[in-house]
Amino acid sequence: MKYAYYPGCSLESTAKEFGESTVLVAEALGIELVEIPDWNCCGATSGHALDHKLSIALPARTLGIAENMGLDVVAPCAACYNRMKSAEVAMKSDEALRSEINSSLANPYEGKITVHSALEIFTAPDVLNRIKERVSYPLRGLKPACYYGCLLLRPPKIVGFDDPEAPQRLDEAMCAVGAEPVEWYFKNECCGASLGISKSAVSVKLTGDIISNAKKHGANCIVTVCPLCLTNLEMRQGAAGKMRGEDLTMPVFYFTELLGLAMEVPGIRKLFASHLVDVNPALDAIEQGEPVPAGAEG
Amino acid sequence: MTNFSNKVTSLVSENAQCCCELSLVEGPTGSELKRRIQELCGENVLECYQCGECTAGCPVAYAMDIAPNQVLRLAQLGLEDEVLGSSAIWLCAGCETCATRCPKGVALSRVMDACRQLALERGIKPKEPEIAKFHDQFLTEVKRFGRVHELTLTALYKVRTKDFFSDVFTGIQMFLKGKLALIPSLVKGRDEIRRLFSRSRHGSEDS
Amino acid sequence: MRIGVFVCWCGSNIAKTVDVEKVVEAAREMPGVVYATDYKYMCSEPGQNMIQEAIREHKLDRIVVASCSPRLHEPTFQRCVEAAGLNPYMVEMANIREQCSWVHERTPEATQHAIDLVRMAVAKVAKNEPLSRSKLDITRRALVIGGGVAGIQAALDIADAGYPVVLVERTPSIGGHMAQYDKTFPTLDCAACILTPKMVDCASHPLIEIWSYSEVEEVNGFVGNFEVKIRRRAKSVDESKCTGCGLCLEKCPVKGIPSEFDEGTGTRRAIYRPFPQAVPNKPVIDREHCRYFQTGKCGVCQKICPVGAIDYEQQDQVVTEKFGAIVVATGFDVWRDEQAMAQFGYGKYPDVISSLQFERLMNASGPTDGKIVRPSDGKVPRSIAFISCVGSRDEVHGYPYCSKVCCMYNAKQALLAKDKLHDVQTYVFYMDIRANGKGYEEFVRRAIEEYGANYIRGRVSRVYPDGDQLVVKGADTLLGRPLEVRVDLVVLATAMKPHDDAKELARKLGISTDQYDWFSEAHPKLRPVEVLTDGIYLAGACQYPKDIPDTVAQASGAASKVIGLFSKEAILSEAMTAFVNEDTCVGCGLCAEVCPFGAIDLVEVVDREKSTRDNQVMKTVARVNEGVCKGCGTCAAACRSGSARLRGFDTKQILAEIDALADAALSSKRL
Ligand SMILES: Cc1cc2nc3c(=O)[nH]c(=O)nc-3n(C[C@H](O)[C@H](O)[C@H](O)COP(=O)(O)OP(=O)(O)OC[C@H]3O[C@@H](n4cnc5c(N)ncnc54)[C@H](O)[C@@H]3O)c2cc1C
Ligand code: SF4
Ligand code: SF4
Ligand code: SF4
Ligand code: SF4
Repeated sequence: MKYAYYPGCSLESTAKEFGESTVLVAEALGIELVEIPDWNCCGATSGHALDHKLSIALPARTLGIAENMGLDVVAPCAACYNRMKSAEVAMKSDEALRSEINSSLANPYEGKITVHSALEIFTAPDVLNRIKERVSYPLRGLKPACYYGCLLLRPPKIVGFDDPEAPQRLDEAMCAVGAEPVEWYFKNECCGASLGISKSAVSVKLTGDIISNAKKHGANCIVTVCPLCLTNLEMRQGAAGKMRGEDLTMPVFYFTELLGLAMEVPGIRKLFASHLVDVNPALDAIEQGEPVPAGAEG
Repeated sequence: MTNFSNKVTSLVSENAQCCCELSLVEGPTGSELKRRIQELCGENVLECYQCGECTAGCPVAYAMDIAPNQVLRLAQLGLEDEVLGSSAIWLCAGCETCATRCPKGVALSRVMDACRQLALERGIKPKEPEIAKFHDQFLTEVKRFGRVHELTLTALYKVRTKDFFSDVFTGIQMFLKGKLALIPSLVKGRDEIRRLFSRSRHGSEDS
Repeated sequence: MRIGVFVCWCGSNIAKTVDVEKVVEAAREMPGVVYATDYKYMCSEPGQNMIQEAIREHKLDRIVVASCSPRLHEPTFQRCVEAAGLNPYMVEMANIREQCSWVHERTPEATQHAIDLVRMAVAKVAKNEPLSRSKLDITRRALVIGGGVAGIQAALDIADAGYPVVLVERTPSIGGHMAQYDKTFPTLDCAACILTPKMVDCASHPLIEIWSYSEVEEVNGFVGNFEVKIRRRAKSVDESKCTGCGLCLEKCPVKGIPSEFDEGTGTRRAIYRPFPQAVPNKPVIDREHCRYFQTGKCGVCQKICPVGAIDYEQQDQVVTEKFGAIVVATGFDVWRDEQAMAQFGYGKYPDVISSLQFERLMNASGPTDGKIVRPSDGKVPRSIAFISCVGSRDEVHGYPYCSKVCCMYNAKQALLAKDKLHDVQTYVFYMDIRANGKGYEEFVRRAIEEYGANYIRGRVSRVYPDGDQLVVKGADTLLGRPLEVRVDLVVLATAMKPHDDAKELARKLGISTDQYDWFSEAHPKLRPVEVLTDGIYLAGACQYPKDIPDTVAQASGAASKVIGLFSKEAILSEAMTAFVNEDTCVGCGLCAEVCPFGAIDLVEVVDREKSTRDNQVMKTVARVNEGVCKGCGTCAAACRSGSARLRGFDTKQILAEIDALADAALSSKRL
């Protein structure tokens, strides 16, 4: 199995632990990821917020390069995935737009390859089985609230590899590694990350709603597929707790970190140190014979 | 009272939000707004039957000056200044909850996008200037480097909004954890990216 | 040959576009025409008199009426000339309204177009031959499919008029959905008090046979003479012996099967009757769950039955019966798509239920004896949210149409809930309140003003549990704000939809369905109870969502159509039917394949050409059953040897029309 790998801007900086864990886990599972040379930013929310055409043209450039490589794309970040997939669908269905955009591209995109999210490929039935076989450090006692956010699931006509109202795939992945995902009710509610910097009051409120619900249902951590969500949930939980008058301290993981942890992929544990919110309380909850060293190895 | 005159106006007194008197007629301005929205995002605002599902599910509706369904209502009536001058179109987080659940299949999220573009196009001052500046700074960044460099993005945004102190602590923490690189990474095909920009609205104004 | 041409103005419909006088002038010059005139309304009494007088005065033997579509007035003018002594098939109509004046501006070309149409009709009528209709017998016995209130009403009306009826019902009891309800809007009379007497009347009526646990398998024949194959499923209980004592029902060891009649809010055993007042009141064994049928061991019911009515050996019986008319009254189903309703948590959270389930909870003889309690913990709810239009008016997740009845039963349920539980707070989330029946608006206002139902205008985005309550995330569009309510119970007014197998039944009956699979009526305004196949009628919610008053009205309408049919001495066959020239037919069977009414059979006949006196050679030919043939002409168009032909539309008539048009066009240099 071989994919063109699209890290996107966040996975290079604020979410580098997501990028690194994705690469490590893929390697451990024998999935080859080849970084798309000279990829560019997908435009993110700002792209489509201000300029519809640009929001398709930007990902189209990267898709064209990948098409040249002859490989399907994996975009781990839910936001990038959403934008890349929207561009794929628009380019495939709107011929006029396709030729217009392709005319400015060195590598035109003809719709021959498709985009996947990392969750999608890691939870494909055969891959999930391989993960189950590889688990050597089952995450029993870890009770994650699986948080899908919005961009991975919506709009279902474009993304939609999972049920938009009752998503399952992340929960399945967590069960596969022995964790015990909790039943909770804010799985697919928006956290307001795209307003995180410019209108933080909104994201503080939404973060509060989400973490509070996870806590209420017994979660000891949240697991995400989106760097925007993770950064937002980590950054805003202090303010949200203050606003609601509740203790909303809650470790937040990328799902790939937990897959790697359960498979004991070398180099995973040192990624935990880069979280803004201490993840050790969650790691400590894992019921295992061997003790989990505080502060991790890295 | 609704009467029919030749102009599309909404007589909203400066400080009163409701209790306005509407004089409506399907003039050229009214249908022009609908046409432009459809051109920009493909959505026909007349398909909306005002059920309110979008408002019910919108995570940001509570903070908006008008509810999401009212954005569509105003667009249906062609009350352009009110829609394009609202905070709602800027506060929309683009989460697509509305588009997913709308029983009529209207993608309000895309109408929101179109309204923002129209507001900029018509030089209407964004009711939420910080959000507009952030988006703008983001795209400027993409245009310049091909990728987004979070440190410069945040720094320049903060200069533009003159808001230097919020989130500084988190920024320092991120920097210490090696998450914010000092030097932006550059895309080689920057000319190609500028070309994409120059073909779009955002290309015209250089920053 | 003496042809008369009558050109109609149709008020201004034709006259404002077509120069009618020019058409008359032109007609006078056409071959065979001895008289032509025009009039404002040909179909009116003076118009018809004019035609009849002209027939007598000018000894006309063929008539052309240039007016509207033959669909509208061909029968009118046929009757008119028949009264004047002509064969009704000696009339042709030139449609100069729909096919001319309505689609043109007033131009010389429009008038020319009208003249051409008249010219063609004149050419055709010259070749018309008198046709006659034969008389067919009628089997004066009706089949009613579906034993809901519609089927019950239709069966009673027909039987009361003196004709025997077989009422076929798929489930073990008649009654349909109405039997599931506690009280019915808008008068709040109890469903049982008004329905069960009718059910009993059906059972005791000497002219009604109730075949429950039965289904229609195949329908053949035509109006007056249908042959219907019906499967009477084995009940494993001998109805002639069973006294309905119910002892077996208490002893059967297989418990806990979700009861279909209770919509899963209650349970039943393997031997069961859907509800205590069922008609017939005798149990059936559900073989899929019965231990005896599954493992061969048990037989408890047989041991307990005091009259030895249990019969494990019983077989399905497939019988073929003759009927003169069929009433289709199979009703509706409710939308149950859990995935599409995931936003409301239907199927996931036990306290999110459908309105039909809520009816069972309110019903005095339901699983809770009429106590409204939460399915999850049996507690009495202190607040209930009713959500309208779930799957209705929702083209994305469900159906685009309005289910018509739910606005009213929402009001009913909110009102009754308050009536039963004084402390309860009710919320009704709605988009519009559709209450346009006699006493309906008043009823809804009563629910709001006297029973305090809190109506909130806005759809709901999501329902999720919080503690042991449910959070309903909605909006109040009148205020323009999102809003949340916390309630103990959520009731979804799920869409009414056709049965999953409605299309299959339509296929068996040879009738059509609309895009959703509701059965299609013959005309949405003027023929609402008929279908395009004669002798088959629709009653109730199988055609489109209806409430009980509309259902019963339509059922009585269908019944009176049947009674009207049965009161005729005989029925007349179509005159314009197809026939096959058996000498030239090669027996390829193409016509039989394409005939949409199944009117053509392949038969063996003596090949007259090849046979000699001592050696009879047989061959296969197609033969048209004139009773079934509708004269659509499909066979005539398909037949490669030109053997299948249509009376009234013979090749020579069609060619005469084409020739007339071509000649005119050539001579006026238009071609
Ligand atoms: C929750 C709810 C509450 C309502 N409350 C009211 C109210 O208060 N007042 C009011 O006026 N209306 C009410 N209605 C509407 C009412 O239910 C309908 O108007 C009525 O049931 C229609 O009757 P029907 O006989 O056409 O159909 P049904 O009641 O559906 O009966 C059809 C019958 O045909 C049988 N059948 C189906 N297919 C076949 C087949 N292939 N072969 C043989 N038999 C078959 C079925 O088993 C059933 O017995 C309510 C509807 C709902 C959903
Ligand atoms: S959900 Fe759709 S139809 Fe309903 S108000 Fe919003 S946009 Fe209009
Ligand atoms: S896309 Fe915008 S309007 Fe729609 S629900 Fe999300 S935030 Fe609200
Ligand atoms: S034989 Fe079947 S129906 Fe009879 S008692 Fe046993 S399980 Fe019940
Ligand atoms: S009857 Fe009322 S509740 Fe039912 S679909 Fe129509 S509008 Fe909605």
